[in-house]
Amino acid sequence: MSIGHTFLGLLESSPRHGYDLKRAYDERFGHTRPLHFGQVYSTLSRLLRNGLVAVDSVEPGEGPERKRYAITEAGVTDVQRWLSQPEKPEPYLQSVLYTKVVLALLTDRPAADLLDTQRAEHLRLMRELTRRKTHGDLAEQLICDHALFHLEADLRWLELTAARLDELAKEVRA
Amino acid sequence: MTGEPLLVGDDLHRSFGPTPALAGASISVRAGEVVAVMGPSGSGKSTLLHCLAGIVRPDRGSVRYRGTELATLSDAGRSALRRREFGFVFQFGQLVPELTCLENVALPLRLERVPRREAERRAGEWLARLEVADVAGKRPGEVSGGQGQRVAVARALVTGPRVVFADEPTGALDSLNGERVMRLLAGAARETGAAVLLVTHEPRVAAYSDREVVVRDGRARSLEQVA
Repeated sequence: MSIGHTFLGLLESSPRHGYDLKRAYDERFGHTRPLHFGQVYSTLSRLLRNGLVAVDSVEPGEGPERKRYAITEAGVTDVQRWLSQPEKPEPYLQSVLYTKVVLALLTDRPAADLLDTQRAEHLRLMRELTRRKTHGDLAEQLICDHALFHLEADLRWLELTAARLDELAKEVRA
Repeated sequence: MTGEPLLVGDDLHRSFGPTPALAGASISVRAGEVVAVMGPSGSGKSTLLHCLAGIVRPDRGSVRYRGTELATLSDAGRSALRRREFGFVFQFGQLVPELTCLENVALPLRLERVPRREAERRAGEWLARLEVADVAGKRPGEVSGGQGQRVAVARALVTGPRVVFADEPTGALDSLNGERVMRLLAGAARETGAAVLLVTHEPRVAAYSDREVVVRDGRARSLEQVA
């Protein structure tokens, strides 16, 4: 996830202070990984340096001054470019699992158990997401659904591989 | 989850002709839990479900429901058990096309001689709970697949069963409707304390369960054993 681009998108909807930006990000996108303040300010200073945001106003406070940031025209162009580009699909996420299965077969370990253990772990996470989804609002449901569909794809791969283990063992050991 | 098993299948064997469908499958289900039964096509999932529900007699092994061996019951005794204690949901709702949705849901109660007015009142409550109160007066042919399946779930739950057997209950539905059926089925079962035995090949449907049993080559394995 590009934090910089997400900040730009949030700032395009309205100028914000650093703290508000973090809160908006965490609420909408940072469910499992909220941002550190360090990340927020290092990202903002990079965006400032590149002319994609500007300081809109400065309010004196008891502590440090509170700066409010606004997106620049160059920033809007940058967000537009990012939004219009497709993300690169990642077809090889299974490579670690595939490697484990092949190594298990090569070393005469129970590869089926390995697949079942992974399957149980995938389903455990799917149950957790399903519970979250059941009690969440629509935004929460969509985030959980995205994760669930990906985990389901992995699980289908695990099933298919389990069904083909004998075949794969012959190939691997040939 | 704790508690004595409600339903236990032990070392079940069943063949159809020369083909073994079950080859020593064992499973136990506790009250109030939702158990997903998964596995490849032809692995014996449905046969396991049918043996546990007393629809199919195993060639070998035993099925005990609340301590009673199903094989010791007469056919009439097993039928009564299925009507009173078990609920069923299949892939295609299997509603009676000539009856309205309300009459379909009331049917299991009418078979138990509950007076029509009372049966239809309770059926109406269940239709509302399954979010399909508006189709009460329609016939199954006049409602969508998702609505029909929710009517079927209402019919399975109207008698207050202790075990609901659901064989691919979302198999004919799109993702959104399938999930709605599962959310309502699992939610209603948990509220009433019914156990659900859910055969499915869809992981997202299985994710509504409390635990999963995988059937392969006619044998059942609880994933808790490997996790």
